[in-house]
Amino acid sequence: MTILIDKKNQVTEKIQPKGFLRYFSFSLDHKVIGIQYLVCGFLFYLVGGTLASAIRIELTSPMSDFMPRDVYNQVLTLHGTIMIFLWIVPVVNGAFGNYLIPFYVGARDMAFPRLNAVAFWLIPPSGLMLITSYFIDGAAQAGWTAYPPLSITTPQSGQIVWILSVLLLGGSSIFGGINFIATILKLRRPGLKLMQLPMYCWAMLGTSILVVLSTPVLAGTLILLSFDIVANTGFFNPVLGGNVVVYQHLFWFYSHPAVYIMVLPAFGLVSEILPIHCRKPLFGYKTMVFSIMGIVVLGLVVWAHHMFTSGTPPWMRLFFTIATAFIAVPTGIKFFNWVATMWGGKISINSAMLFSCGFIINFVFGGITGVALAQVPFDIHVHDTYFVVAHFHYIVYGGSVFVIFSSIYHWFPKVTGKLLDEKLGILHFALTFIGFNLCFAPQHWLGLNGMPRRVAEYDPQFQFVNQISSLGALFMAISTIPFLINIFLSVKNGKKAGDNPWKALTPEWLTSSPPPVENWKGEAPLVTEPYGYGSDNY
Amino acid sequence: MLSKSSYLIFIISGVIGISFWIGFNVNLLPTEASINAPIYDELFKILFIIGLILFIGMSLLVVYSLIKFRKRKGQIGDGIALEGNLKLEIIWTVIPSIIVLLVGLYSYNIYDRMGGMNELNHDHSAMGNNSEKIWAGISQSNNNLSLIDTNIEVSAMQFAFLFNYPKGDFISGELHVPVNKEISVKMESKDVIHAFWIPEFRIKQDIIPGQPTVLNFTPTKVGKYPIICAELCGPYHGGMRASIIVEEQSDYENWFNQNKKDELKA
Repeated sequence: MTILIDKKNQVTEKIQPKGFLRYFSFSLDHKVIGIQYLVCGFLFYLVGGTLASAIRIELTSPMSDFMPRDVYNQVLTLHGTIMIFLWIVPVVNGAFGNYLIPFYVGARDMAFPRLNAVAFWLIPPSGLMLITSYFIDGAAQAGWTAYPPLSITTPQSGQIVWILSVLLLGGSSIFGGINFIATILKLRRPGLKLMQLPMYCWAMLGTSILVVLSTPVLAGTLILLSFDIVANTGFFNPVLGGNVVVYQHLFWFYSHPAVYIMVLPAFGLVSEILPIHCRKPLFGYKTMVFSIMGIVVLGLVVWAHHMFTSGTPPWMRLFFTIATAFIAVPTGIKFFNWVATMWGGKISINSAMLFSCGFIINFVFGGITGVALAQVPFDIHVHDTYFVVAHFHYIVYGGSVFVIFSSIYHWFPKVTGKLLDEKLGILHFALTFIGFNLCFAPQHWLGLNGMPRRVAEYDPQFQFVNQISSLGALFMAISTIPFLINIFLSVKNGKKAGDNPWKALTPEWLTSSPPPVENWKGEAPLVTEPYGYGSDNY
Repeated sequence: MLSKSSYLIFIISGVIGISFWIGFNVNLLPTEASINAPIYDELFKILFIIGLILFIGMSLLVVYSLIKFRKRKGQIGDGIALEGNLKLEIIWTVIPSIIVLLVGLYSYNIYDRMGGMNELNHDHSAMGNNSEKIWAGISQSNNNLSLIDTNIEVSAMQFAFLFNYPKGDFISGELHVPVNKEISVKMESKDVIHAFWIPEFRIKQDIIPGQPTVLNFTPTKVGKYPIICAELCGPYHGGMRASIIVEEQSDYENWFNQNKKDELKA
């Protein structure tokens, strides 16, 4: 009985805000919230990208001449924080998770629609707060890692605003994580077994477990750090007997899993996109599930590989080397499975597919440098250098951001009922892929040869390679233009897509495009074989 | 006409051959100027070659699949209904596990040869603070009994390094060391976290306020190399550099004797 009443309430409430305005309302519809996450995240991506351009302009010359030194540190801190907490994490989790998970489990909404809306509406104010802190008394300037004692001794107001906004964003992330776990485990349509779910559900289940286990640790750590700043406590302040290395352990206990919070959902999205455009079942469903869970478990016990040059005893260095390197095994399985999914298919070469293939190539590269960085003796030379900068951009940009673009090309017809233009899409891909590799590949060399990260000035011998890197960044900046033009033109007068332009079998395509508020007219379909291609099922 | 499997063997050996050629002929690293550097470069070469084989192999597979299995004009229908292959999946679980394990053991061996697994010590009997707990770092054998001081104290502050030579009781802004002698630096920060990095020596150690760290190294090549701060330490972080000057024993002794406190001069 209660379920019936609930359903009725949900539907009436969902209908209230109509048209374009509903995207600015406290909507409880998971599809509206998903789009809110995506558009909001993309706006912050443009801000973060502008900051990245400022960094690359500063680095075209070896002197600190484009902006004052303390502003440079604020810019790099904001760039990192915005890209991680306001773009990648909310988009790969919040945007696609909210839009797709209820479809995949056969539900009409998330388990907790109000919590869901709260989780989203925490993001715009904390993001704006973070950015405006720059105009008031200067933003935080201790890097996105905010290591004390630097974060205690730099101007306080910016650092406190940074802590507050990261706390709010962490809260948003935890709310989302709880919601995803509840939805996937408890809201499945009767008859739908766990091992029949699309792979993205498994990725989101794994990611949400990481979010719920590790984000509270970051929150606690930042609260202690804020006490050190405003109340002169001595948790991490060496002058008062505090221990700065303890902060690093606590920080990385969240922030290494954060990498998996950014890439596991991307792995899930690629697992949805590839089978559809290759017209083949996802290769090795079971090993994919086990490797996701393997990454979740291993991801929690590798954090100290960020601290090989801090105060870590030799045995600890050894343990974290082995644990970190072993993450390559489940990750490798996924990549081999994806290539096997392509093998023998009938592949449509379109923007979604190209971005996914670009992701595979970039991420393999980033994964290989990652295994190298896990080796203590290797890491000791390149730690905190541009080698590391290059490595993690291959993971989070070459990996996650490529997947975000792939997903936008793939699901745009679902959301709008219109197709994106393929010519502009392929131009967007070419510019991004070339620009990205031009920007970040040379940075490996810079790091190996003596350029530390987070510097506004450097040895003049590195100028030429830095200028190549900046040229790549220019390409990346330009690549957003065809993308934006494509989005605006296609929303207005794109080609009609029909309900299922890719002839896909996953449940979100078995309804109209755009879908009705209640997701399906009538019963939700029971999809037990989301990857049943190759047997003329449609 | 070659058979399918001989094509495959040809391509695989080609990828491996090219990777080895690049690994041995492309040098991405700066000068080797300490006994650690050739050990590091050996590890780098091995990882570089393995990485190249994997990267070139995977990229070729992706590009080949895209072209070979692309949907031709007018083609309809699906690809083969292949849902998995246990044998293949076991192969690409077991082989990477073995590679990762071997690389891990090998890098442990490298780390041991660099002195990473040794007890941390820093002989400061002259200063009488032998009992102080050293936090972290790399320590080599350190059985150096030279009369001239090779135990140096580094203090880091925003935005400079200072080098204290306890046996000569003087402080220098440049780090002078004799070639082919084991040097031990004990480092402590006055304010925030800094890092001590000499790229040509392939060594780095954070300098942490309140927790002394130690780094031992043996320079092998006379010359002047940069000491770079690698941990964000404030607005002038990029400018926080010093020089290490590696010189012949006699030059070093001259420099040391010129600088040491008068009352210590014989």
